[in-house]
Amino acid sequence: MRYEAPTTINAAVKLLAGKAGVARVLAGGTDLLVQMRTDRIAPDLVVDVKRIAGMRAIATGAKGFKIGAAVSGAELGEHKALRKAWPGVVEAANLIGPKQIQSRATIAGNVCNASPAADSVPALVAAGASAVIAGTKGKRTVPVETIAVGPGRTSLKKGEIVEAILLPKRPPRSGDAYLRFIPRSEMDIAVVGVGVSLTLDTKGVCTAARVALGAVAERVLLVPEAAKALIGSKIDDDALARLAAAASAACRPIDDKRGTKEFRIKIAGVLAKRAAQAAAARARGK
Amino acid sequence: MTKINVSTTINGDAVDYLCDAESTLLDVLRDQLGLTGSKEGCGTGDCGACSVLVDGRVTCSCLVLGAEAEGRTILTVEGIAEGGKLHPLQEKFLEFAALQCGVCTPGFLVASKALLDRNPNPTEEEIRFGLAGNLCRCTGYDKIVRAVQAAAAEMRKG
Repeated sequence: MRYEAPTTINAAVKLLAGKAGVARVLAGGTDLLVQMRTDRIAPDLVVDVKRIAGMRAIATGAKGFKIGAAVSGAELGEHKALRKAWPGVVEAANLIGPKQIQSRATIAGNVCNASPAADSVPALVAAGASAVIAGTKGKRTVPVETIAVGPGRTSLKKGEIVEAILLPKRPPRSGDAYLRFIPRSEMDIAVVGVGVSLTLDTKGVCTAARVALGAVAERVLLVPEAAKALIGSKIDDDALARLAAAASAACRPIDDKRGTKEFRIKIAGVLAKRAAQAAAARARGK
Repeated sequence: MTKINVSTTINGDAVDYLCDAESTLLDVLRDQLGLTGSKEGCGTGDCGACSVLVDGRVTCSCLVLGAEAEGRTILTVEGIAEGGKLHPLQEKFLEFAALQCGVCTPGFLVASKALLDRNPNPTEEEIRFGLAGNLCRCTGYDKIVRAVQAAAAEMRKG
């Protein structure tokens, strides 16, 4: 195996594009090193992106936040403005593992590892986050939900790297939340995860919403039908019941050691309701 | 295969080493530098026995490549005591019998230090969260939590 730590994105792209065999990007390494250790992959090349300028920075601009691909969960949690604007995204990222993992794990890595149960991804998808991707033909920006295509598989082409995650600026009276079900109180992998982001008008009527589900399909799902149940409502019981039904209807889970299909479908509805209530409470300033 | 030349700081000392690309920081610490305080429990970031501080943040050294340490500042359990005087956490772990077999203890000490460096007066819940990445199969955790509380109280006195 060869290890490289380039200082520019172009050098990183060139290394990844030019290497025959298995090449992997190393940011936090909390998935990559485990996969190497357990012999699931044996890369010929590992490109550490942490020395590239901007990769470890959170930039705040007129359009929102630009989070470098190597920013750790701990750094997200310490960023006050980000926590205030997108509490659901930060909470979801901070749910992943204990302090040791938070010191290293990144949301870009969580997206690119393409686990259907990745905690930060439903929150990012609900938030309308996008990813800046650098490749041999320049840069492109895509919605986060288009990156994972199945467990461990992404739409990234050879030589492409996620350089940053973008989170939009928040309109007033907006809130987001992420909830997951796990069979213990902390430190576990989601059986179901739900992210909700919404905006209310001055009368408390929902004007925009996005709902995303994790661990109920081969990848994280954006569910427009579930968002439709919220838009135009005051997030009342009737709207929440329609939201739950739409969320459950979108699930296509598998049975596995963490939960059955039936359980996941039901819980997706329950958590969608609770996450919408939590997001609405935040939008109301509570 | 060519080795990678790494210059880093470990427990306050400038250290240079050559390592393979695949070697973890834990491999380098234990097998090349003789710093065997950090233990390998699981090798996959679940147990915390290999915890070290990298630039002040608690990290599983089994999930860091040796090559990544270039230019960083590393603290291992060997660097916690100062000049032969035990750190208050070490004193209190002994006093409260917060260890039995001892394999998890270096990781707990490093993680506890990271916690108290950022939060000198943690609640019990904050301690339990702060140490959730460290597994102990002997003590049931309670004595460890009491020892960290006692060390925090002592350190606040100065």
